[in-house]
Amino acid sequence: MNTRVPEAGLPPPPSQAGVRRWLRRRLFSSPLNTLLTLLAAWLLLMTVPAMLDWLFIKAHFTGTPEACRADRAGACWSFIADKHRFILFGTFPYDEQWRPLAATLVMIAMVAAGGMRRFWNARIVYVWAVGLVASGVLMWGGVPGLSYVEDSLWGGLPVTLLLSVFGIVLAFPLGVGLALGRRSELPAIKTLCVVYIELIRGVPLISVLFMASVMIPLFLPEGFNIDKLLRAQIAIILFMAAYIAEAVRGGLQAIPRGQYEGADSLGLTYWQKTRKIILPQALRMVIPPIVSTFISLFKDTSLVVIIGTFDLMLTAKTAMTDAAWRGFSAEAYVFVGLIYFAFCFSMSKYSQALEKRLHTDHTR
Amino acid sequence: MDDAIIRMLDVNKWYGQFHVLRNINLDVARGERIVICGPSGSGKSTLIRCINRLEEHQQGQIIVDGTEITNDLRQIEAIRRDVGMVFQHFNLFPHLTVLENLTLGPTWVLKKPLAEAQATAMRYLERVRIPDQADKYPGQLSGGQQQRVAIARSLCMNPKVMLFDEPTSALDPEMVKEVLDVMVRLAEESGMTMLCVTHEMGFARKVADRVIFMDQGQIIEENSPEAFFDHPQNERTRLFLSQILH
Repeated sequence: MNTRVPEAGLPPPPSQAGVRRWLRRRLFSSPLNTLLTLLAAWLLLMTVPAMLDWLFIKAHFTGTPEACRADRAGACWSFIADKHRFILFGTFPYDEQWRPLAATLVMIAMVAAGGMRRFWNARIVYVWAVGLVASGVLMWGGVPGLSYVEDSLWGGLPVTLLLSVFGIVLAFPLGVGLALGRRSELPAIKTLCVVYIELIRGVPLISVLFMASVMIPLFLPEGFNIDKLLRAQIAIILFMAAYIAEAVRGGLQAIPRGQYEGADSLGLTYWQKTRKIILPQALRMVIPPIVSTFISLFKDTSLVVIIGTFDLMLTAKTAMTDAAWRGFSAEAYVFVGLIYFAFCFSMSKYSQALEKRLHTDHTR
Repeated sequence: MDDAIIRMLDVNKWYGQFHVLRNINLDVARGERIVICGPSGSGKSTLIRCINRLEEHQQGQIIVDGTEITNDLRQIEAIRRDVGMVFQHFNLFPHLTVLENLTLGPTWVLKKPLAEAQATAMRYLERVRIPDQADKYPGQLSGGQQQRVAIARSLCMNPKVMLFDEPTSALDPEMVKEVLDVMVRLAEESGMTMLCVTHEMGFARKVADRVIFMDQGQIIEENSPEAFFDHPQNERTRLFLSQILH
């Protein structure tokens, strides 16, 4: 028997590919799997054609509400066509609605810039400052050429984006600070952070929003008033910071002791060590839970309806109450749902790409 | 004794109830090379980790280059700048390249310009014979290469003392020699003060001015390498040597 392997090595065994083989291995490998496969196929067969029917084939893309009512088998997209401006931009003066549209694009651009590696330096501060001022000017106006628009008239997508973009940008550093504070060796700071985090995590966002909108004015002196939108924004930031803090703490705890000792042995100060050694590694590890928090923050902004702020969800609901278009709420929900999905899915995809790019192979 | 760069006077330390360092008295002269050995749990790592305050001693005095180690954070950072340490598990920073690992301390702690720090770093990488790995991440290197990078990282800080905490115990056997070679050359060429916890007795014979044997938190015996290996005085030393020298 010859067991010697030639110098160049042997070729790999023949490939196991092939459609039939794949089907057998993945779908029909056992009686139970065969049953599950058939069940899934049946479910798809029952739902997908009906869905396509309603969404596209029998749908009305133009026409009056009456035409839609005459044939209810298809979706009434003419409702969205008629109302999309209101759903997206709320009660912002109709002729000026290019302004919230521009502000929305500016905010999306700000977030996109923040995600690009070549802006991961001092430049991002300028980009964000310019973006902040630009979106503020666009929304409020009050400068030559742009009429003043009160923020109680704002609504729809720009409000949702405003609340989530500034929610994320401000809650993130606050959360990191809280996480570091919770691991501090100084008892006062540690206690403060623990109490804050546990207190916030123990109450639902709705009650924090209520508190922000009802109670903050009670504590403030007479005549001193914080804007309602700003109060909601503060509530969201304070709430989400606690969750981000706990996610980050998980990362901090996963850093091996040797990393701290390696940094200490070089004589780095606490802040140098935290900034250059600990946080870069800890944050990379917690990208998935942090992005989950961002995504839930984005969706939770819809809770501001309870204090009467016109975010995307509330403008959609308001559009449904139009007497002329009664009865087409499903279409509005699908429309709004798609917008939420587009943003959340992009965040999720970006986080996966980021994780891959930052992977430099941990050995210890 | 003015030329002592490290003085430990009646140092005691406890982990909870466990008395891990008992009345340690040790003077280390400038340029002296000391090898510390002893069974596991004898407190030898703890002893050298007290010298740069990775561990806190509870009684006695430790004076490094004229400065006593207290709770003062600034003083501790100053001492750590002058005392390099090489760890059993390397403790390189995995998110930074080899070159960035080497320039981090000099640029942030010593406030050197980046170009100068990089030039120094490349010089030390050449000394440990891996200049071609400068742009890789630590995870892409073998254990022996990582440990040599770790030695270079410490040397980049231009320390007065180097502490080695079992630098070869986590390495595969075929990589031990390349790390020991670097350490021998460091001792012979630079006259660096070195404290080395190791069981590499060949290294101790070749390099050490003094060998210290510890057991149960005490210094049991200290002597020149020849006397230590050939005529151990204490019964426990003899037992230990017979166990590690087979």
